This record gives sequence, structure tokens and C-alpha cells, in this order.
Amino acid sequence: MSMFDQRVPRLCWPEAVSRFVSYRKVNGTALGSVQNPLMVRFRFCVFQEDGVRQVLQEMEALYEQNQADVNEAKSVGRADLIPSIKLRHCCLLRNQRCVVAYLYDRLLRIRALRWEYGSVLPANIRFHMSAEEVQWFGQYKKSLASFMRSIGGEEGLDITQDMKPPKSLYIQVRCLKDHGEFEIDDGTVILLKKNSQHFLPRWKCEQLIRQGVLEHVMS
Amino acid sequence: MSDALSEDGSDINQDDSQEEVMTPAELIAKLEEAWLNEKFSPELLENRSEVVECVMEQLTHMEANLQRVKKGDAKAGFHRMEIDRIRFVLSSYLRSRLQKIEKFFPHVLEREKSRGEGQPSLLSPEEFAFAKEYYANTETYLRAVALKRMPPNLQAVDMLKAVPEPCLDSFVFLRVKEQQENILIEPETDEQRDFVVDLEEGSQHLMRYRTIAPLVSSGAVQLI
Repeated sequence: MSMFDQRVPRLCWPEAVSRFVSYRKVNGTALGSVQNPLMVRFRFCVFQEDGVRQVLQEMEALYEQNQADVNEAKSVGRADLIPSIKLRHCCLLRNQRCVVAYLYDRLLRIRALRWEYGSVLPANIRFHMSAEEVQWFGQYKKSLASFMRSIGGEEGLDITQDMKPPKSLYIQVRCLKDHGEFEIDDGTVILLKKNSQHFLPRWKCEQLIRQGVLEHVMS
Repeated sequence: MSDALSEDGSDINQDDSQEEVMTPAELIAKLEEAWLNEKFSPELLENRSEVVECVMEQLTHMEANLQRVKKGDAKAGFHRMEIDRIRFVLSSYLRSRLQKIEKFFPHVLEREKSRGEGQPSLLSPEEFAFAKEYYANTETYLRAVALKRMPPNLQAVDMLKAVPEPCLDSFVFLRVKEQQENILIEPETDEQRDFVVDLEEGSQHLMRYRTIAPLVSSGAVQLI
């Protein structure tokens, strides 16, 4: 079974890990998330700094106990210590697996934010990310941007657009919040005021629909 | 095909990177085949960067032609839709590939590294760079946040074991393009025995991907 598999075997339940696994469930069931619909959709919560730290501290304690026992077993020849050494080692491996699975799962959700939302994340989502996660996100979007720029050899192609097959050229949209002025291809400028409706080219609206500024009105 | 393309029909035929000459219709058909195969295959397929490049050139031509069309002309709408459709297929194809690269990143890099000389490459140079950056980024992050604070014997994570491999035994729908004889189907359980089937041209089947993987890369079957 791979480490990033969500189904971690119930081999042993050191206390910090059992508390920590419940933090993971919190991450998964959107408890404690802000009432931001994007957050609820992604089930993304605050980074559990405490949980991770407790597990790492427990790992340190287990390792030290093991070191002591290994030395004693070797010097005095106490073979009866070996089963408890093995048990602690299994706990250590499981802790490592839990922590890495939690961190990796969060990275996957953050990656999804780039594709769904765009390259600039709103402040309340960034607040839920640790500094290292923000750094990972920055590096990821840089890699993605240079990949997209290199497509086809000229200006590249923005593959985060065109997420759905095009059904019609122009669509009716309603503005959900004030967004100011918006320029379309032939130069005309539209004022996006809350609750106003417009008939706009579909490809210009995609990004704004995903961000929640516009809403596609289907008659 | 559309009027916008036929004006430039002569240009694309002089594409140097291709050995054979293709009409625009054939190019788009090739793109759609590659797109469907990539969408339905559980593993990353060989890269078709020559098709991607040609299609990008095509799109640039079509956009340029569209600028020349009179404003308000009804045909402009149809050309616009066609450009949008082709761009959607191309984007979707590249997205499928990128998602698989991210999902199976250590295995993809390993396959590329252990590929023999003369075998077609799995990743384009840009995809390879992206995969390497993704690997390095993720490893650096895990090390900085957790691994370096763990006991010395647990500070390394073997990515090849940690990240799941693609499931080659998943079932796929396929349509046979070229007649195939004597395809060996291996048993799934101990009670079954292996048997042999012939694939008739034009027939459609539901089979394990592993059995027909080489036929997908040779173009003998099309995943649907």
C-alpha cells in the first residue's frame, strides 16, 4: 500500500496520532472552515501546526526510547527488549506515513485551487495555508506558467481556460458583485455592476464565472 | 473544412517536422484520436508534440484569417466556434497529460529515465522540465516541513513506493481500427485460464488496458 493512500492501517494508535487523524477528518469534513463557498467546496482548513508538531514530538520520544533499548540489548544481551523495539519502530513508520499523507493531501487541494480559482488566491484562503505551502504554490504556478508559455513555440496556450466544450459564442451573464469596467475584444467597455445583465462572448467570461463574479444565466 | 483553412492549405503542407503531408482535416482527426486515447488511458501515453505544434500553427493561421474577415459577417461566428472547439480539444489533451504527470510523477520520471535509445519519448522536453520541477518542489516541501524534524533513519521517503502507480488493469472501451489476430487474454483469477481472441476491424470491446496497451500506441485500436 502506498504512503499517500488515504487508508492508513490501524496497526497501533499512539495517542498523538489518534488526535492527529481526527484533525485529518476535520480537514475532510469542512468543520471549522470559514463560510467561503470556495473553502467548503475544497474542504480546506487551517494548517494543523499543533497536530503535526505533536506527532513529531512523539516520534522523537519513541526514537529515543528505542535508541536506549537497542544499546541495552546490544551491550547486556537482553533479547526480550527486541519485541518492544520492533513495536516502537512500527509506530514510528505509521506516524511518518500519517504526517506525509496529511501534507501531501493538502498539497493536492492547493494545486486544485490554482486550476479552479486562478493564480492569485484570496486572502482568506492564504490565511489557511502555512508559509511553506504558500511557497510551494508559488513555485507550482511558476512551473505551470513556463510550461504553458512553451506550448507551440510562440506565445503559448493558457490551458487553464477552455475547461468546458464551447456550446455557444455568446452567453447571458448576470453580475454577482461590482467588478468595475471590463473591456471586450472589439474595444467596447462594459460596466460590471451588481445585478446587471449582459450578453458577452463566452471565452471572455470563463475566468470571471469561475471566480464567482459573474453567473451564467440559462433561459 | 472551413473556408478560413482552405486559404492556407498550401502553408501547412510544407511543415518540415513531418514526414508525411497532412490536410487540416487529417491533422484535427489525429488530434482528436490522441485526445481520446489520452483521456481514457490509465497511464501516460507517448507524447505527440508534432501534432501539438502543427495544431498551434493552424490556430494562429485561423485567428489571423479571422481578423481579415469583415465585421458583422455571419461566417465569422462559425470560424470563431471552430477555433474555440479546436482550442478546447488541444487544451483538454494537454491538461489530461499534465494531470497524469502530476499524479504519477515519480513513475513517469522513472519510465523516461529507463527508456532505451531510439524509443519514442514519453514526455516532451517542456513536460520533462515540469515533471522534474514538480518532483523537486514537493520533495523540498516535505523535507522542510516534516522530514527534517523526524528521527535520522526516517528522513527519506521513497517516492516510487509512496506514490501510487497507475492501474493498468482497469477496463477501457475500445474500437478496433486494424484487424488483430490471436490476442492473448491473461486470466484475472486462479480459476480462469488464459484464452485467445481475434479483434475484427470496426468492432468495439471492453477489455483490460494492460492487454491492449501496445495496440493503443501502435494505433491499431482507438480508446472510446
